[in-house]
This record gives sequence, structure tokens and C-alpha cells, in this order.
Amino acid sequence: MNKQYVLKKIIYSLITIFAVLVFNYFLFRIMPGNPLQILMRNPNASAEAIEKTREMFGLDKPSYIQFFIYIKSLFQGDLGTSFLYKGQPVAQVIGNRILPTLLMIGAAEILAIIVGIFIGVISAWKRGTKIDIVSLSFSLISYAMPTFWIGIVFVTIFSVNLRIFPTSGMMTPGLSYADVIEKSSDVIKHMALPVLTMSLLLIGQYALVMRSTLVDVLTEDYITTAYAKGFKDDYVIKKHAVPNAMLPMITIIAINLGLVIAGAIQIETIFSWPGIGRLMYDAIKSRDYPLLQGIFLLITISVIVANLLADLTYGYLDPRVKSRS
Amino acid sequence: MELLKIDNLKTYFKTSKGIVRAVDGVSFSIERGQAVGLVGESGCGKTTTALSIVNLLPENGKITEGSILLDGKDLTKLSKDRVRKQRWKNVSIVFQSAMNALNPVMKVGDQVIEAIMYHNHLTYEEARKKTKELFDLVEIDKNRIDNYPHEFSGGMKQRVMIAMALACDPKLIIGDEPTTALDVIVQAQILNLLNKIKEELNTGLLIITHDLSILGEVCDEIVIMYAGKIVEKGRTEQIYEEHLHPYTYKLFKSFPDIQGERILEEALMGRAPNLSDHLPGCRFNPRCSFASDKCRIEEPKLKEASPGHYCACHYGGVWNG
Amino acid sequence: MKNSEHEIVYKGYKEFFNIFIHNKMAVAGAVILGVFITVALMGSLVYPFDLQEFGTAGDVMNPPDRSHLLGTDDMGRDVLGNLIAGTRVSLLVGLLSTLISMILGTVLGIYAGYYDNIISTIIMQVTNFFLVIPWLPLMLVLTAILGTSIWNIIFVIGMTSWPGTARIVRAQTLSIRERPFIERITAIGADTGHIMVKHILPNVFPLVFANTILVSAEAILSETTLSFLGLGDVSRSSWGMMLHYAFESGAASLGAYWYFLPPGICVVLLVLSFTFLGYALDEILNPKLKRR
Repeated sequence: MNKQYVLKKIIYSLITIFAVLVFNYFLFRIMPGNPLQILMRNPNASAEAIEKTREMFGLDKPSYIQFFIYIKSLFQGDLGTSFLYKGQPVAQVIGNRILPTLLMIGAAEILAIIVGIFIGVISAWKRGTKIDIVSLSFSLISYAMPTFWIGIVFVTIFSVNLRIFPTSGMMTPGLSYADVIEKSSDVIKHMALPVLTMSLLLIGQYALVMRSTLVDVLTEDYITTAYAKGFKDDYVIKKHAVPNAMLPMITIIAINLGLVIAGAIQIETIFSWPGIGRLMYDAIKSRDYPLLQGIFLLITISVIVANLLADLTYGYLDPRVKSRS
Repeated sequence: MELLKIDNLKTYFKTSKGIVRAVDGVSFSIERGQAVGLVGESGCGKTTTALSIVNLLPENGKITEGSILLDGKDLTKLSKDRVRKQRWKNVSIVFQSAMNALNPVMKVGDQVIEAIMYHNHLTYEEARKKTKELFDLVEIDKNRIDNYPHEFSGGMKQRVMIAMALACDPKLIIGDEPTTALDVIVQAQILNLLNKIKEELNTGLLIITHDLSILGEVCDEIVIMYAGKIVEKGRTEQIYEEHLHPYTYKLFKSFPDIQGERILEEALMGRAPNLSDHLPGCRFNPRCSFASDKCRIEEPKLKEASPGHYCACHYGGVWNG
Repeated sequence: MKNSEHEIVYKGYKEFFNIFIHNKMAVAGAVILGVFITVALMGSLVYPFDLQEFGTAGDVMNPPDRSHLLGTDDMGRDVLGNLIAGTRVSLLVGLLSTLISMILGTVLGIYAGYYDNIISTIIMQVTNFFLVIPWLPLMLVLTAILGTSIWNIIFVIGMTSWPGTARIVRAQTLSIRERPFIERITAIGADTGHIMVKHILPNVFPLVFANTILVSAEAILSETTLSFLGLGDVSRSSWGMMLHYAFESGAASLGAYWYFLPPGICVVLLVLSFTFLGYALDEILNPKLKRR
């Protein structure tokens, strides 16, 4: 994989990001009526916030200058001032909430990838048997369930009835911890249900994709050749089939990021998990447009960057792409 | 003793449309150092015969009758595990030069080495050394054993496949359309290589093909199949000299002779029969210009018309004017 | 030659119906969907429900009994009635937004696949752009800006799902365009419009149809999620709105399972019915296409 390939991909991503900036800018301009009027109508907006936002929007200046002000502010890390958080810079508000979201999503993805791939491989191998049918049904049904609904059901079962896990939040309020381990275990207890809910959805998807990819791979000639060489079933699948089936998985993980984000918003809302998803929900509820705009930008750019990384990783791992000159 | 003796092999497939009798009573044999060509249209049962020998049939396929004797041992009577363990060591197979017979994410050398290590119980270094020797034999630069399949051309990939097939010094190599999809010059190189293997290593070869032009180059004997049955078999010279079966005649005539007369021969009309249907009489009769009532009722048996030259036709040798 | 190609399509419909009946998934999906459609059309006539009719304080969050088969909600309303009334909204939003998405996606997809000009490139770039943006944040933002009436929701869902269809349709159109018979017909002098309607469309249609079904499933999930997050149409019952109020009023911690389970189960069943139909259709239609 040479520099030119990498460079091309990076440039394309940058162009997309710029397009997102432009899109984001205009998106929040299509509000019917004068933006300032709408801001004024917002009961949560303090005078300070309105002044700052007026400055940020540059509403007294011509359109193209407003756009440049917008871009300039972005590069300075200024995403405006939040209404909901009474004058706090949007960037700061968001910054405080990134870690919890990353923690939850990260744990869920790792769990989902491991379990999903495992189930997918078994399904494809024992195609048509009971295991396969059960896992297929599981995938279909888990996809049909709204993520938030799964969360509610889990809360009912595990928190309310069985009392194993807490119902909400990231940490038990008011508790002081003796050390890192105690703090971590409290967080983990709170994290269990959100992560489980998120994983459920993803596991279904990953298992399904892994299964269908592997089924396709198993029809290839080189698999027949591997069998002809006298190897056992599990060797052929492990050493020949799965490595080929793993490549599309990387693409799928990237494609599923939209799903992950949608899930995060719902799950954080249900479990009051202090992350970006919950923040977006609150911002919508109180029509805090600067905050909303900032979050939207962050999320979209993150997805683009993640896609870029997945692309490059795929290019690195696939020998056919790696040696392209 | 013959190296390979197939006797009345019947391989059937269970499908949603009924039982497909892909191979329906096939018998022939191969000696050491001999190359036998198995010829016929697509779907006549040649690949199924090959897969039956190495027992790599798909799930719905089964050998229902007959025997496959390799050096006297009946392969059809072995347990699944025993069959698996002796694969590649006794019989190896080179698939159609389809681009996909080599694992794209694995180095070619490793694909040969894994076979050697598994069957011959050598260390990685020893297996690597042997692989390099094999690459020499098939005339590929031995420094390329760490390349990936996509870095090779079609012809070179086929050589790699042949090197791989030779890895465990097999007694018999089956080549399923080994030169299809290769251009003529490369074809010639591969055929030379096959001859070399046949003569120097005394390996038996079963060459499956629908391309008649390569038969004369490599094969000592030819077996012609149609709709799951053998219609003619004999030594290459015999078959080239005299086509006893109407099908053989049509088959050879559809390959124009560069030095022959410039006449456009009548094409063979129609299609091969559906092998799940009941097919009374001679299976070729719907397309045979010489078919008589007898052909439609009674199935012709394979008879020896002259020493070593067999034909399954009621009018074998006598139908053409 | 043209006639015979159309004959194949006609005979295909009869054969298709036959295969359909024998496909278990297809039948299951069709039956469940049929039930829901019937309820949506006739439910309110048989079992009337008024969203504004609140119960008294004693009626709030009651478990199921003889007068309320599925209990009452946080406003004392009958859950079953709400559920039946909500069927209409869920189906309406799901199907209408899918219609927008499919028409837009198919038209743009065929254009982008058939032509090779600037407009085609622009369509492709726009499609790819919208495919990168995560769908829920986009939907949330659009709905927050435009307002939460049911027509806005239909519009937003339709607008965010057409790129997926466009991409698939474009890929299919590209491969059809390469087929020899198109070349032949163009050589004879057939005009583009005729080619598009009489030849490309019928070949793209099966794929589009199967895809429509899956998009419908997603649209229903989208509406439910939007409503749950507080961006639904408050003047109408919908399963998503029921779940929204169930959550807001703490039904989960109160153990009011009759309130939050039925709407969720309905969503799951409806989505599954679409999914079954989609997969079954894919199974039936695709191998045929390949065999041809």
C-alpha cells in the first residue's frame, strides 16, 4: 500500500469533511424565520448567549462573510455557546462527554466483534443445522427490535426485578472511592447493561455478515483445494476460510457505525449514561441549536475519520491491495 | 497391476428435481507413467468422476455402486478419515486454471509447504527446501515462494498448482481442465511439463478436458464420455485414426483440421439430456443422425471393436459410409 | 425477440406466485403484514380510541382487567385502543416515506447508472455524501428544525433513506447497461426513454421491490425511534409515542409491563414481517435473475 493510495484516501476524506462543514452550516440556516428571532424565543437563552451567538453567526454581516466567520471559528475550536448550559462554550460541554460514550461504544464493539464472529463462523460451518437456525433467528429478531426497547426490557429484567445492575448513570451518586479499582468496578457495574444492549444489536449484524461471507468463501475453489490436500474441516475453516472472510468484516464494522451512533443516542437516553448521545437528546429537547450543531459536526466527522481508518486498515491487510503499485 | 482401476462406477446426486445420475457405470484404468484423457462436453460426468476418485463430492452426491482401486486398494470402502488422510499423498488434483484455486491471502510457498508438512511430517525449513525444488521442477523462480497468488500470471499460477500437486510425490495426478483459460503458448508449456512429470516421475495422469487439441500431446489413452456413460475408449492413435462412435466423430469434426479440406461440417445440434430423466436406449440417439429404432429402445453396451478399442454403439464402426 | 422477452416476464408472474405460496417465510410475512394492515384500516371502526380522552386519577397505570384488556397508560387511556390506533400511523409513515425514498432512489439511481455525464457524477457524489452521514443524528436535526408533524416526519425519513436505494439501483443499472441486448437495441435505434422504461426498469424492478420491503422495515423503526426520542407527532397515537410516554412516566421501574411491552412487540412483529417478505423475495427473485 503505497503513499499515493493513502494520500488519495485522506484527501477524499478531507473533501467530504469540508462538504459536511458546508452542509452543517446551511442546515442550521434553513430554520424558518430569522435565526435571531428563534434564539430570542428560546426561554433558556441568556442575554450573554444570544450576544455571543449573534457574533458567531455574524448576523449583521453579508452571507459569505458569515460563512467564513463560521469556518474561522471552527478552526479556533469555537463551536459557539450553549443555551442549555447557560453560556458554557459548546466545545467544552461536548468535551466533557466524549469519554463515557467512547468507553461504552468501545466495550460494546469489542464484545460484539468477538461474539459475533464466533457465532457467524459456527453458523456458516454448521449451515442448516439447529445452531444455524437459532443464530439466524436471533440476528433477525434482534435487528427488528428498537434498541431503546431492548434497553427498557433489560432494565426491567435486570435492574428492577433481579436487581443485579443499576438502572442509570455511570457511577453511583455521592459515593467516594478508596482507589481506582473500586471506582472502576462501580463504573463497570453501571456500564454492563448499556454495553449489553448495544452489543446485542451489533452481534446480530456481525454474525449475519460473517455467516454469509463465510458461506460464500466456502464455495471458492481454493477451499476445495484445501480439502483435497487432506486437511480436516476445522483446519480448512480456520486457516483458509476465515482469513478471507475477515476482510469484508472490517468494511462492515465501518458501515455499521451509523447503527452504533443511533444505538448510542437511544441507550444513553434510557440509561442516563453521561455521553454525547444523551447530550444530543437533551439538546434537542431544549432546542439548543449551537450545541446541536456542534454535536452533529463532531459525530459526522468522527464517522468519516473512522471510515478512513477502516479503509486504510483494509488496504494494509489485503495483500492484493497492499502491493498495488 | 494397474495404478488406478475404476470398475462400474456410479455416482448419483440427490436434487430437488430428482436423482441425477451424473456417472452411470463408468470403467477404465490407468497404468503407472500413463496419461489418460477423459473427454466430453460440460455436464457429461468427467469432473464428477474425478471428484469421486478423491471423494470430494458435494453433500448431495454419493458413490452408489462400483469400485475405485488404487494400487489394488478400494477407495470406496475406506472410512472417511482414512480417505482424508491419504488425500494428496496418493492422488492429488490440479483444478481448472480458474483464478481462484489458490488462497489469495496466503503466500504461494506456504500453500505448498502446509501440504508437505502435514503429510510428510517435515519441519518448516525442510518443507521450504522441498518447495523450492518443486518450483525448480516446474520452472518457476524459486525466490517467488513468498509471493501472493495475484502476483502471478495465469500460466504461472497453473505451474504453482502443479508444483503443489507434486508436493507429496503422488502416484496419480488428476488435471481438471488444466489448460483451459490459458493462451496457446502457455498451454504448450504446461503440456510439456505434464509430459515431463509423466516420464521422469512415472506419475499416472488423468487429464480431464473438453479440448481435443491437447489430447494428442499428452495422453496415451482416451476415454470419451457422454451423459454419464463411456461411449468410446482406446489408445490415442486408435481413436484419432478411426472414430467408432458417432459422437466421437462429431466431436473431432468440430475441431477443424488446419491441414484438412476447407469444408464446413454439420454442427452437432441439440443439447445433452437431463440426467435425472429416464433415458431409454442409447443416450445419444436424439442427436444422432444415424439413430434407428433399436437405438431408441436398447442401450448399447461397451464392446471391444478391435484390440484395446471399445465402443458403445449398435453400429460401431459400421455407421459411416 | 421483444415479444418473447415480455412473455417470459408474464409467465414469470404466475410461476412466481406459485413459488411464493410455498415459501414459508414469505407466507408468514404476508400473513402478519396482512393482519396489521387490516387493523390499521378497520381498527378504529371496530375499536374506537380517542387520544384526548383521559381517564380519572384512579385509572392511571392499571394492569390488564376485563374492561381494559391491556391495562391503562399514564393518562388513564386504554392501552389496547392506543395500540390499535397507533398501527395506522406506524404503517402510514413507514409506507409513505418508503414510497418517497423508492421513487427518488430509483429515478436517480437509474439515471446515474445509465448516463455517464456530469449530472450522473453529481448524483453519485451526493448519494455517497449522504451515506456517510449517520442517519439518526441527521433525522433528529432535520425534525428538530422542520417540526414534528406527521408529514414532516414522513418527509425526513424519506429524504434520509433514498441514497441507499439509489446506490443499489445504480449498481444494477450499470450491470444491465453492459448486457449485450441493450447494445443491440441501441444499435437498431431505440430511443433512450423507451430503453429505460421497457428494458431497464423491468430488470431493475425485482431488486427494487425486494429492497423496498427492507427499507419499509427500517422506516418503521425510524419512526418509532424518532417518536420515542420526543420528536413524534403528539397529536396522533403511534407505537413510538406510546413508548415515549411509557419511558417518561417510568413505566419500566413501576413494572407496568402492559404499557411498554405491547407496542415494542408490535414493532418487532411488523418489522419481522417485512424482513421475512424481503428475504423471501430476494431468495425467489435473485436465483432466477442469475439463471437468466
